[in-house]
Amino acid sequence: MSESEVPQVRRPVVTPVRVVIALCLLAPFVGTLWVSSYAKVDPAFIGIPFFYWYQMLWVLISAALTMLAYKLWQHDQRSRHGSGASGAGTAGRGDGGEA
Amino acid sequence: MKDGVNGVALGVFVFFFLAVTVMGFWAARWRRAENAHSLDEWGLGGRSFGTWITWFLLGGDLYTAYTFVAVPAAIYASGAAGFFAVPYTIIVYPMIFTFLPRLWSVSHKHGYVTTSDFVRGRFGSKGLSLAVALTGILATMPYIALQLVGIQALLDVLGIGGGDGTNWFVKDLPLFIAFAVLAAYTYSSGLRAPALIAFVKDALIYLVIIVAIIYIPIKLGGFDDIFAKSADAFSKVNPATGAPRGALAPGAAGTWGYATLALGSAMALFMYPHSITATLSSRSRNVIRRNTAILPLYSLMLGLLALLGFMAIADGIKVDNGQLAIPQLFENLFPDWFAGVAFAAIGIGALVPAAIMSIAAANLFTRNIYKDFLKPDATPAQEATVSKVVSLLVKVGALVFVLAMDKTVAINFQLLGGIWILQTFPALVGGLFTRWFHRWALLAGWAAGMIYGTLAAYGVASPTQKHFGGSSDEIPGLGEVGYIGLTAFVLNLVVTVVLTFVLNALKAPRGTDETSPGDYTADAGDPGVQSELPPAATAPSAPSGT
Repeated sequence: MSESEVPQVRRPVVTPVRVVIALCLLAPFVGTLWVSSYAKVDPAFIGIPFFYWYQMLWVLISAALTMLAYKLWQHDQRSRHGSGASGAGTAGRGDGGEA
Repeated sequence: MKDGVNGVALGVFVFFFLAVTVMGFWAARWRRAENAHSLDEWGLGGRSFGTWITWFLLGGDLYTAYTFVAVPAAIYASGAAGFFAVPYTIIVYPMIFTFLPRLWSVSHKHGYVTTSDFVRGRFGSKGLSLAVALTGILATMPYIALQLVGIQALLDVLGIGGGDGTNWFVKDLPLFIAFAVLAAYTYSSGLRAPALIAFVKDALIYLVIIVAIIYIPIKLGGFDDIFAKSADAFSKVNPATGAPRGALAPGAAGTWGYATLALGSAMALFMYPHSITATLSSRSRNVIRRNTAILPLYSLMLGLLALLGFMAIADGIKVDNGQLAIPQLFENLFPDWFAGVAFAAIGIGALVPAAIMSIAAANLFTRNIYKDFLKPDATPAQEATVSKVVSLLVKVGALVFVLAMDKTVAINFQLLGGIWILQTFPALVGGLFTRWFHRWALLAGWAAGMIYGTLAAYGVASPTQKHFGGSSDEIPGLGEVGYIGLTAFVLNLVVTVVLTFVLNALKAPRGTDETSPGDYTADAGDPGVQSELPPAATAPSAPSGT
């Protein structure tokens, strides 16, 4: 959704961890907006048509992925700030790689 | 509808209503800050809420009584198409994970209370900020009105809404009372009232949903039976349209509509002033990110709730007004006392968002119309006073709306509100990531999106309405049917980008940007970040958020 990247000169903006974060955040869009992939009734689960239980399953999957993204992001930030103290509110703590 | 008043259910309903009223007034003393006379305090709860309070507040805010009644009602009416609310509330969280923390940071650094505050600061344009503020207020008003419609539906099923024979005053008296109480505690307690009541609301809602999703299928013979009966009901041809009533899974023609409605609604949700108010009241950046991981619990609940629409069909409920289907299902199948609990859950579910929405609209008016245009030197105390009064006016306006006009008017405006509010996306989210857009181009794009969206929605006919019959229309150039709001947004974006190139080439004045890149990533504890207001020395202890 972002239209530009905040330029970061000191460190690479795109790192493997950040790519994983981006994938975690993108997956729910693909999973739920690709409607024709799940617009069917069978197989049913305890009587609930596929269309409904599949989307509710995505609620859980996307919650897990977002949680993972959050943990990875925290890890990413801590590794960039050494001890991870919250005192460093400078431009070095860019959000450029997340969107 | 059963005749007469359901005494037990009504008694339980009134009990919970009184309990939250007491809480609403007591909330003024909860976690009170030293300086109670500022907009940060009244309108943002002192910017002090932790993960759990924010979770309850956002949940109370986004999943309104109207949602609880309307989503199953949509399923009841047409089946699969109504389930779009689930993917919509799934994708909204990864989306806000990326941009809301930036809004939180910049707002705390510069003391912004509303989205328009940010837009004015970022683009140096009062005109653009006014456009965003007006859109927000316009979109919020019918939303508040719909909360009152939700309460009205409940009172009808409870048997105290009065029949057609009673005069209008007696008919609407319970609504007046509920409304007056809501207005009074919002006025005195500000955002703390809905935050505290949200605990009760969510506890009740979760209880009701869990019981409903286990108890009702058992009574109706299991999900197999429920869906078999629903499939029968949907396959019957509706004489008004000559097409089947609905389907259990969307056909190939419906997939675009389903996906664009989910995406467009998700993008619009956090443009609404009330969602932003709840977000900015949180204590730190991480509170928001953590919340994006736990808020989907509500989406799960919403999915389960949507299934109640099928249960209403299986139970053979026939109502003209789909909004009554779920309250009626509860009254038919639950014992009286638990029906009372369920109604209380929905009723309180209307009060919480109505309170937050009126506060959000009042903040917009105070900051971006009153202070920017009418009285630039207003003190924080004056701002708080104006906001309090405006929150009352907004609610009175919504009440008049509901009483004076047909319910469909409120629903039409709500539909338009969603389309309109989405048009503030480029200025707000775009502005959070880049200063490249030109302020005049954003304004032009906004206007284009607003006009196109309104006209397109006006032109949609349905079997029952000549205009505003739905929110989907053919996407020009694609030939598929999609959400009008999203089409308007794309148009908005194209106009904005093209005009930005033009205006930059012409060297039109770009306005001053009072923010700097570091502001967007600042966190609590950083220098210059407005932290929570200092608590009053004698603040009573309260349930603490983590």
